[in-house]
Amino acid sequence: MFYLDDIGRYFLMLKGVFSRMTKGSVLRNLIFKEIDDLIIGSLGITVFLAFFIGAVVAIQTALNLTNPLIPKKLIAFASRQSVILEFAPTFLSVIMAGKVGSFITSSIGTMRVTEQIDALEVMGINSLNYLVFPKVIAMFMYPFVIAIAMFVGIFGAYAAGVYGGFVSSADFLTGLREEFIPYHLTYAFMKTFLFAFLLATIPSFHGYYMKGGALEVGKASTSAFVWTTVVIIISNYVLTQLLLS
Amino acid sequence: MIEVTNLHKGFNGEEILKGITTTFDRGMTNLIIGTSGSGKTVFLKCLLGLFTPETGAICYDGATYSELNEQQQRDLRERMGMVFQGSALFDSMTVEENVMFPLMMFTKQKKEEMLERVHEVLKRVNLENAEKKLPSEISGGMQKRVAIARAIVTRPKYLFCDEPNSGLDPRTAIVIDNLIKEITEEYDITTVINTHDMNSVMEIGEKIVFLKNGFLEWEGDKTQIFKTDNKAVTDFVYSSNLFKKVRDAQIKGL
Repeated sequence: MFYLDDIGRYFLMLKGVFSRMTKGSVLRNLIFKEIDDLIIGSLGITVFLAFFIGAVVAIQTALNLTNPLIPKKLIAFASRQSVILEFAPTFLSVIMAGKVGSFITSSIGTMRVTEQIDALEVMGINSLNYLVFPKVIAMFMYPFVIAIAMFVGIFGAYAAGVYGGFVSSADFLTGLREEFIPYHLTYAFMKTFLFAFLLATIPSFHGYYMKGGALEVGKASTSAFVWTTVVIIISNYVLTQLLLS
Repeated sequence: MIEVTNLHKGFNGEEILKGITTTFDRGMTNLIIGTSGSGKTVFLKCLLGLFTPETGAICYDGATYSELNEQQQRDLRERMGMVFQGSALFDSMTVEENVMFPLMMFTKQKKEEMLERVHEVLKRVNLENAEKKLPSEISGGMQKRVAIARAIVTRPKYLFCDEPNSGLDPRTAIVIDNLIKEITEEYDITTVINTHDMNSVMEIGEKIVFLKNGFLEWEGDKTQIFKTDNKAVTDFVYSSNLFKKVRDAQIKGL
């Protein structure tokens, strides 16, 4: 019953987010600020992680291909599929649930604790729209981050595979192009859009409705990370079943 | 003027406000006092429209809040200014941006006009040199003055203050109290202050409403509060050693 209550409140929050819009000029500035905080601020860690995870996927695949009959170009094929289908959209979103999610929860939670949200409400401002809507819009840029992660991840696999002596450059490039299904990219970006929405709204929910002081802000951040991850993993399963099977 | 009639409010089956009826006059500093847990904050939040009362009515210059539609309620809220206990300034904005915020949200003025008004109110609260500072870079007393400036920048009809001098040294507290009183008279607004500070009562208590356990126990002004024989009020007033000594000295004719 407790979870049902929370789910109900989450959807009521969404209704509040998309109603009684804030003044356009103010909203535009807020959106740019959120893009800077949530998207631009995440690029560095995303590129770093993507490169090394891509490299590790290539090395792991290479080390497991002990049968001489299996062509080495499979290293590139496996790396590409892993990075595009799961690593970039899902694995990175889980990491972003920690980075972006805890940032959102703690910033909104601190505003709740210090009565800044009450101040907005007293002024007659729809605090949900003012605080959460710009984050949702900013997160529509998230697929660009994932696209960069895909590119860098595959580059990491190339670097580790070729410069590590596991596969030749020609074989890698051949494997990379082999049996490429463009729909896999569509599937990956459809997932990414959903995850972006979840990354913006679930941590906002935990921050907005938190009660207490500084300790509770920390607890809300942890809780937001856990629930965002759980919902991402479950929706990943559902979407994969719906879109790929 | 704000008229409150038979106000009841509770949470989870527990009644916090038990039938409060009173009036807060325009151009006066009206104080809500009482011990912790007496219902002061809930009462103030009802007046602000943040809590919906179970029964009773709050009437703002003839307009009953519960009878207004959503748009009218928002319009009314735009005419309210609030100074929160912790100031509630927006951390990421400078002092100037904090004060300009209500103007940006609710007016169509040009930026130059808004800045002119912001500097006017900052000058009024004696904060002319802190425009570009962040709230974290100024003292608690200055934060309170910024909060007052933000509350009055749109020329509200009603000003609400939740313990405006909590956490301030006595001298700064008096400065803040007097500033609120001066602004109330200057702007001819209805000011309601939630406090448990007896110094504030003595400084600016033109009308005092005393709450106890959710009931309106007593109301009067700052001279009457020292003459009343209401036990709850005298217990509250003379809980301070200073006031107790002054009373004892008066009794002894010193």
